[in-house]
Amino acid sequence: MKRLFQTIIPVLYIVFLLVPIYWLVNMSFKTNTEITTGLSLWPREPTLRNYTVIFTDSSWYSGYINSIIYVVLNTVISVAAALPAAYAFSRYRFFGDKHLFFWLLTNRMAPAAVFALPFFQLYSAFGLFDTHIAVALAHCLFNVPLAVWILEGFMSGVPREIDETAYVDGHSFPSFFVRIFMPLIASGIGVAAFFCFMFSWVEVLIARTLTATDAKPIVAIMTRTQSASGMDWGVLAAAGVLTLIPGAIVIWFVRNYIAKGFALGRV
Amino acid sequence: MKPVNQKAWFLVLPVLLLVAISAVIPLMTVVNYSVQDTFGNNQFFWAGTSWYEKVLHSERFWNALLRDLMFSAIILAIEIPLGVIVALAMPRKGWGVAVCLVLMALPLLIPWNVVGTIWQVFSREDIGLLGGALKGMGVDYNAVQDPVDAWVTLIVMDVWHWTSLVTLLAYAGLVSIPDAYYQAARIDGASGWSVFRFIQLPKMARVLTIAVLLRFMDSFMIFAEPFVVTGGGPGNTTTFMSIDLENLRASNELGQGAAMSLIYFLIILLFSWIFYAVMTREDAPRPDKAPDKTGGAP
Repeated sequence: MKRLFQTIIPVLYIVFLLVPIYWLVNMSFKTNTEITTGLSLWPREPTLRNYTVIFTDSSWYSGYINSIIYVVLNTVISVAAALPAAYAFSRYRFFGDKHLFFWLLTNRMAPAAVFALPFFQLYSAFGLFDTHIAVALAHCLFNVPLAVWILEGFMSGVPREIDETAYVDGHSFPSFFVRIFMPLIASGIGVAAFFCFMFSWVEVLIARTLTATDAKPIVAIMTRTQSASGMDWGVLAAAGVLTLIPGAIVIWFVRNYIAKGFALGRV
Repeated sequence: MKPVNQKAWFLVLPVLLLVAISAVIPLMTVVNYSVQDTFGNNQFFWAGTSWYEKVLHSERFWNALLRDLMFSAIILAIEIPLGVIVALAMPRKGWGVAVCLVLMALPLLIPWNVVGTIWQVFSREDIGLLGGALKGMGVDYNAVQDPVDAWVTLIVMDVWHWTSLVTLLAYAGLVSIPDAYYQAARIDGASGWSVFRFIQLPKMARVLTIAVLLRFMDSFMIFAEPFVVTGGGPGNTTTFMSIDLENLRASNELGQGAAMSLIYFLIILLFSWIFYAVMTREDAPRPDKAPDKTGGAP
């Protein structure tokens, strides 16, 4: 009985998750005529036309490159800034620490719709409009607090005796932090990087507002499949399928860190 | 007890600068707009609290707020228990773990407007599998014209999109429970339910708090998915606050938009603070029940 429960539930759940994705993949191999003329569970006349359109047009595939550049920049900045801060929160008490922690979290709660216009004005004023770094910095608003939160939990799980022993052994703070401490919380860094990557990759509103051409993300380029001659469903589906791939690669790399488990500390 | 060390401020400084630049300055701009009015040409004049009054007196705002609260309450009531159940049923070792984790995380990594596109197509009765299948079974389903169908579509979409986040967090909490706990429970002859109630749930409490907070914030801020799937319709029945805000921005209603932004932000802050306070109390109540207590309609 218990066995059955443990097989059926994950299987049913995964099927539920995969059916809409299958429909997208299915559509991406169909011709537009086949898509709009009726339902078919698999492509009757499989075509690669939709993918060819994307891979041969630089205004299409540059969208993927732009997205990946700002997402990676954002992940690196967020985790690098969050590491020392998370260490401070997990190891010391200092003036205003609790308020500071909650204030950081409040930024995770800020709706993107609220910040879109001010971001546009701020980055335009600095001449950063339509650059990758602008989107990467703007996404720090919600990713840095999350990274601090996750890393603090992992760090609190490391006994403080390890820090003290290292200092007694003559390690300076930077040397201890990079050589001893960071390997200890490697899975925490992996999990934090995964969440930063994820939330930056999927965000649409801010990325779209802060870019025009040079750094335009794929999610914004996709909207142009709607033209005067109707919707180009096939290309839209193919573009959607391609957005799945970078995420799938990242989750493949961090699967072991998540499987190892974590109980986050301060909430 | 952690030692007091004011030098720790230097470690926090990079984060502080980064977030201050991307949060405080834009927020000041919003505050600035919310108390001024303009006739164009970059000429602004003091408008006091009139924009706030306008927002708070508009029925449209209160309806959107109600819809947001209802949506978040339904989402939490479905996703948290479902996510925990799936996490409990997931394999703990072997090849199944990697397969489950990778497949389950897939919807989380799809850009939000693509999620909207997938479900918009999927639910269309002429070219989508779901809409087509329902029509074939004789169900009268039309997400474009029927408000109830539109809501059901959005909720199923969000469950599809986000339940895995709860599952991943709950699973990470579950595997961090040492085996000794289970052995002790077996010696005591504890039932499956009491293992869950007294070992697994308390050990998951912290990750579940994060799950509830993240799911509340993000479902309350939902924008791209309903914008693509229903466009706020039929009528205004799926117009959430973020969509109204985008409409105001698109029609250049700077003052009213800014005032609404701040009210919106404050509401999220208030609710998140309530969750945070309730769930981090010393004798934390059962976290899976929290949404029922605080997430209901006002």
